[in-house]
Amino acid sequence: MANSAASSNLIKSETGDWELVIGLEVHAQVTSKAKLFSGAATKFGAEPNSQVSLVDAAMPGMLPVINKECLAQAVRTGLGLKAQVNLRSVFDRKNYFYPDLPQGYQISQFSQPIVGEGEVVLNMEGGETVRIGIERLHLEQDAGKSLHDQDPKSSYVDLNRSGVALMEIVSNPDIRSARQAQAYVTKIRSILRYLGTCDGNMEEGSLRADVNVSMRRPGAELGTRTEIKNINSIRFIGQAIEYESRRQIEVLEGGGEITQETRLFDTKTGQTRPMRSKEEAHDYRYFPDPDLLPVELSREFVDRLAEDLPELPDQKTDRFMADWGLDSYDVELLVAEKERADYFEEMVGGGAAPKQAANWLLNQHLGRVNKEGVAFEDAPVTAAANISILKMVDEGTISGKIAKELYDLVWETGDDPAKLVEERGLRQVTDTVAIEKVVDEIIAANPKQAGQVKAKPQTLGWFVGQVMQKTSGKANPQAVNAILREKLEIAED
Amino acid sequence: MKIDDGTVRHIARLARIRVTDAQARTLEGELTTILQWVEQLNEVDTSGVEPMTSVMETTATMRKDEVTDGGYPEDIVKNATEKADQFFVVPKVVE
Repeated sequence: MANSAASSNLIKSETGDWELVIGLEVHAQVTSKAKLFSGAATKFGAEPNSQVSLVDAAMPGMLPVINKECLAQAVRTGLGLKAQVNLRSVFDRKNYFYPDLPQGYQISQFSQPIVGEGEVVLNMEGGETVRIGIERLHLEQDAGKSLHDQDPKSSYVDLNRSGVALMEIVSNPDIRSARQAQAYVTKIRSILRYLGTCDGNMEEGSLRADVNVSMRRPGAELGTRTEIKNINSIRFIGQAIEYESRRQIEVLEGGGEITQETRLFDTKTGQTRPMRSKEEAHDYRYFPDPDLLPVELSREFVDRLAEDLPELPDQKTDRFMADWGLDSYDVELLVAEKERADYFEEMVGGGAAPKQAANWLLNQHLGRVNKEGVAFEDAPVTAAANISILKMVDEGTISGKIAKELYDLVWETGDDPAKLVEERGLRQVTDTVAIEKVVDEIIAANPKQAGQVKAKPQTLGWFVGQVMQKTSGKANPQAVNAILREKLEIAED
Repeated sequence: MKIDDGTVRHIARLARIRVTDAQARTLEGELTTILQWVEQLNEVDTSGVEPMTSVMETTATMRKDEVTDGGYPEDIVKNATEKADQFFVVPKVVE
């Protein structure tokens, strides 16, 4: 059973606990050269209407012909989600009118999708494992794009995106918190990127989510839900859920009822609001598309795709944990991006201790990468440089504090770490005679503190700080501690 | 099953077709007759029979993932009522 009311996820309120129930529909743009049913290109950012065929513009008499690679991509994704692949699937028409939908219907899959039930496993912070059921994955066409800021009275329509293949991945309502929803989308994105079936670029709209939110008392029947449409960032997904759950609790506790409706998330105010259009549009009148025959895949076709799948995040996680005994949450972070996992393996392969390498990579390296806002693969500090830094710490050549400074120097100069240590005199002082000399000076200069430290041994840290300052952080901390204790006559604790 | 005036207007709205009161009354009768005929078909026992969505005994032909089309934006917007800079221009639709 997935994730029943774990008490940590309940929302406390004066009237009692509330349980948040979330289901997600993730729309992922399929990585392919051509569109789902035409030979027009899919590249992002082209001149308006320059990647549109007569099929995509829905000119009369045009017939769709399916792109085999898009089917393969959907099957790969299904396999990656440990889901059942349906050898027979059918395309249907979903009817509605909108200016960026020239056909007047979207070709989608309704009752017979290409992929059925699957599962995604989330390793949360603190070691908790959460299983989220996948209800289905189906293929459908993307719509065109409307621009509203070009003219006060008109909208401009570009059909370049019209007909690009999308995978809609529908989860069961197994998600119980904003944090889990974010972890779920992060995991889906990671799986898609490993598989190469979607580039996961949320800024360009390659991955976006519709979020279904409802509240209930723990263990009660499901409440009425609202659907928040088209959120294109993981941070916004969290914000939208936080806002919407608070709003619903307020309505329910005020004696009101939740209206089932579609809402929009306003990124500027951080609030959700109902869409103005009447929900009559929800009458989609699906029926099988007479222009398209059922898709029949052979078992061999699916098996061949299965054989060629790359190692996926979950398999990597198992391997990293089994081989190196790392913490599951750390591993989740390490394997989230393939480039990151490869970098880590390069560090360990080059002789870095796994635990130390994981900490260093996740805190020092990723910290700087995120701070600078650069792509992981563009960071100027190589795995080899990090191995060298960690090795010098391990051998006692430099202190942990200096290691961080050295890292920053490597980032800025691109120089070899060992060379920088020599050039800039960063070598750690383990020479006890030199440290003793500094300690003596400090004790002599601070007789008052030296007199008090015996009664209050916890103030020893102040002396350590003074010594480190005086030696520019180069003194070996263990040696400093031992010498201070000896000179100040404080017993080992 | 009887189609009433409200259903006729709902369907007309979904299909973006304007109907006059007189047309709606005619359509009520016509649609009801059509549905009655469909209900007659329901009398045939079709349990265990796959729905037939095509008369062809073949499955979908497929295309290779190659870019073979596009690159003629002027043609795409040629018949548009209004256009600007290779865009279709429509009355403002914004949420």
